Amino acid sequence: MSAATQSLPQRLRRVRIPIIWWLLLVTFLTAWLLVTLYGRGDFVAPSNLNNIVERATALGIVAVGQTFAILVGSLDLSVAYLISVTAVMASYIMQGDPSRVPLAIAVVAGIGVVVGLVNGLLVTKLRINPLIATLGVGLILRGLLNASFQNFAGSVPRSFQYLAYGSIGPVPVPMLLFAVVVAIAAWILMRTRFGAHVYAVGGDRATARLSGIRSDRIVIGAHVLTSLTAVITGLYLVSRLSSGAPWIGPDGVYDLESIAAVVVGGTVLAGGRGGVLGTVAGVLIFATLDTMFNQLGVDSYLKQVLRGLIIIGAVAVYAYRSKEVVG
Amino acid sequence: MSDARASSAPNPTPVWRSVLNAIGKVGPVFLVLVILIAWITYLNPRFIEPTFFLNFLRRAAPLMILAAGQLFVVVTGGFDLSQGSLVTLTVLAGALLAFGDPGNTWWVIALLYGIGFLVGLFNGSVTSFLRVPSFITTLGMLLSLKGLALLWTGGAPRGALPDNFRAFGRATIDGVPFVGRLPWAVIALVVLSAFFIYLFHFTVLGKHALAVGDNQHAARLAGVRVSLVRISAFVISSLAAVTAGIMLGGFSGVSINVGDGLELESISAVVLGGAALLGGRGNMPAALAGALTLQALFTLLNFLGLPSPIRVTVQGAIIIGAVAYAAWRAVRAGQERGA
Amino acid sequence: MHRTIRIMLALLAAIAMTFVVAQNDFFDADDLQFQLDAMEMEAEGPADQPWIQAIEPEYVDTSEYATEGPYTVCFSNAGVNNPWRVVGYTTMQAEVDLHPEITNFIHVDAEGSDNKQISDINGLLASGDCDVLIVSPNTTAALTPAVEAACEQLPVIVFDRGVNTDCPVTFITPIGGYAFGAAAANFIVENLPDGGNVLALRILPGVDVLEHRWSGAERIFQDAGVNVVGSEFTEGSTANTKSIVEDYIQLFGQIDAIWMDAGATAVAALEAFEDFGAPYPIITGEDQQDFLIKWRDEGLTAVAPTFPTYQWRTPIIAATMILGGESVPGHWVLPQPVVTEENLDQYIQPNMPPLHYALCGCEEMPGFPERWGGR
Repeated sequence: MSAATQSLPQRLRRVRIPIIWWLLLVTFLTAWLLVTLYGRGDFVAPSNLNNIVERATALGIVAVGQTFAILVGSLDLSVAYLISVTAVMASYIMQGDPSRVPLAIAVVAGIGVVVGLVNGLLVTKLRINPLIATLGVGLILRGLLNASFQNFAGSVPRSFQYLAYGSIGPVPVPMLLFAVVVAIAAWILMRTRFGAHVYAVGGDRATARLSGIRSDRIVIGAHVLTSLTAVITGLYLVSRLSSGAPWIGPDGVYDLESIAAVVVGGTVLAGGRGGVLGTVAGVLIFATLDTMFNQLGVDSYLKQVLRGLIIIGAVAVYAYRSKEVVG
Repeated sequence: MSDARASSAPNPTPVWRSVLNAIGKVGPVFLVLVILIAWITYLNPRFIEPTFFLNFLRRAAPLMILAAGQLFVVVTGGFDLSQGSLVTLTVLAGALLAFGDPGNTWWVIALLYGIGFLVGLFNGSVTSFLRVPSFITTLGMLLSLKGLALLWTGGAPRGALPDNFRAFGRATIDGVPFVGRLPWAVIALVVLSAFFIYLFHFTVLGKHALAVGDNQHAARLAGVRVSLVRISAFVISSLAAVTAGIMLGGFSGVSINVGDGLELESISAVVLGGAALLGGRGNMPAALAGALTLQALFTLLNFLGLPSPIRVTVQGAIIIGAVAYAAWRAVRAGQERGA
Repeated sequence: MHRTIRIMLALLAAIAMTFVVAQNDFFDADDLQFQLDAMEMEAEGPADQPWIQAIEPEYVDTSEYATEGPYTVCFSNAGVNNPWRVVGYTTMQAEVDLHPEITNFIHVDAEGSDNKQISDINGLLASGDCDVLIVSPNTTAALTPAVEAACEQLPVIVFDRGVNTDCPVTFITPIGGYAFGAAAANFIVENLPDGGNVLALRILPGVDVLEHRWSGAERIFQDAGVNVVGSEFTEGSTANTKSIVEDYIQLFGQIDAIWMDAGATAVAALEAFEDFGAPYPIITGEDQQDFLIKWRDEGLTAVAPTFPTYQWRTPIIAATMILGGESVPGHWVLPQPVVTEENLDQYIQPNMPPLHYALCGCEEMPGFPERWGGR
């Protein structure tokens, strides 16, 4: 904390801007350049920037949650189906009636907590590899969902669509929602004991346990948070689509994409290092690419190829740098 | 830490105990498999007739071969999520390149194996030298390879697989004594299974793969060329995926979603076969049996006439249950040894 | 340990109990009757260009949208994620090339996601570049608000699947799913031996176009007392299809007819019979080349209702008409031919890819056949 006595340039040099933000900047500038070169409109117009954030919101919220699971050394493949469950249950319970909104939110939040607990218990108490545990829970949710609902079920009342389409002054409500989720998550990780324990458990579970941290509880807690963000994403999507259908989650590939966004954002897959701000940058990179490819009219297959290579490339860069630091 | 394969009881034990031990050693997957097959046969006695059973084996063959390849990667402590997309690429590219002309089959197959080799080399090199976790490397390849296949063909299948290409998944040898019609795929399966068992249990590569997964540093100190072993494992997995692609394309023709989700099925199969994710423990016959068990499970759920969504739920529950049981056994084994 | 297991089981049970089986009824008797009637009607317009024909059109005035060219046409596409959509989209691009007044054609691909398609439409509106917006909605209900928002800014054309609003200038579609499913089911009922076993193969639950096909067929089977031994979802995979059919042949000994809600996996279903040495069933497919060729070569008892890909030409034509101030049908119902044994030969094109759709209406277009992957 001697930074206060240093001059501004020195201080700036000491503030290491995480590489992910450089990557985002490069992606953004490239997109801006290409779109301008090909005469496809004003890339930095406020409406276009808005559109980029809009594209990032659904994935962004659940990716913030996924960051918790990955930080404790786990991961969660069940989020895609939990998003579907939330969306369908919420609109089924609401049936277009504003007075049933609180009930619907309580029920889906309850489901989220239960799914998070199940995931966490499977991983900690039964010691099942998180990949298999959450894959299995995802399959169970998928089966239950498809057995119960075949299509859009019920609908949300107009007033609930404020969540997706409203705005407070010039700021759209979804952007605000995203920002609040990120702020809460960042606060939990940086300012609370639980957050510190998340890093400790992810870094080295044995050491964490020796230092008196009840690591199982931390892992379970992280899973509950992940599930809750999936619930928030589900509520946002159902508000946006006005009704919930079973395929909403898997169609968005939120399971693998959220993991990809987290690791592109610099969180280490093995846990212990990283944070939600990197994840946000990772999601924004994907959203910028989406917008750029739309405006350039390039077909989505090429985008898919590039997306895969970016995931590998970004993580390779982190691995290379961390080797430098460690020596 | 997980050294169940080395545990043995030196003191004399009753016969039933040693039988139980033997089952325990290779994993309860064989027992589950026998129960499933008995159940299916009870529901449909014709299932056990040679023609039908061989057909069942033919259908299971691609997943078994994928699982065998996946096992090499899993015991070294990795995952190969790119298998499914590589299957899709194999089928789409095969149809496009061969264009229905039997004269093209052999060079096309050679080229497909070449592509598979490069994919494995890439997965292994990036994982070893750039130190990218294999989950990420192969997740990236899952997206890229599927994108590449669609980019190459313009989004829909083009051309067709010639009959001699499809023979590996479809043709049968008729009039074989005792069994009737013998599918080529089953012959290929038997030969490849024997090869994989040999490679895994009786060669240096297999032993080194286990050593790398168990403790990388110790393996390196013991003179194991860790990177080479890892890359070999990924190459084997990719070549297995190309083989499975040739079989699946042969079995049912060209479609753009032929490989979707196979990577998770093959990982589930390997895990059902008792392999430890994150490496160090695995058994080839058990992994093959794991794939067969998964396929038997699908068949049983079909025959039970459950609505298809419920089958998915049961599948999820059984995978969790099997792995939980394995983890519980590992813990108990650890306690018995006072670890 | 046992306590943990008990807790887990209790939690799982809790989740399971929060689910309730909700019956979705896709059936709409009025739509069914309308579609069955439409199949019998004569369409207005040139018979050799079915993509500009219309059944019982009611024209709407579009003079308010008339503007001078050149035009920028924007298209929000649900996806290019199956062969039907690939053929359709290729045909649409070729149609754009036929119109020199369209200097800019902006295509955005939602990759099968409702959420992305809403963002795509918002992005197109924000760019302010579009003179007209064509939407092929990923799902009917979810895209309605986005389409309503677009209607306030510019003329909108919806095709393929619909939306729950009348605001688009025109909604272009073939006759529909009930007629598709009914044509196939009627053929089976007429040809099935007494007490024969029928297997229904469907792609996915919940897609309204496909649900309509099944509910159109289901009633006919019920009324005729047909023995439907199973209705299975294939997820559009040939391997799943073949496995399912094998299991049913094994389970029931004999399957006499197969009803399909889409034809892309029809050949895989037939191969299951070949591999078992069983006689071919009565089968209903679609206008894919591989199925049509198999049908001719093996002399199958078959019928192929269609959901013609030539409907992808119509939105571009409608766009130029609207921007030129010409009136267009408000609900533009295109004819929906059925391929039968009598007219089979005219649809067979051996030089085209296996999953090329015969009713693309693209044979005279620039770049045929290479552009569609043919030789």
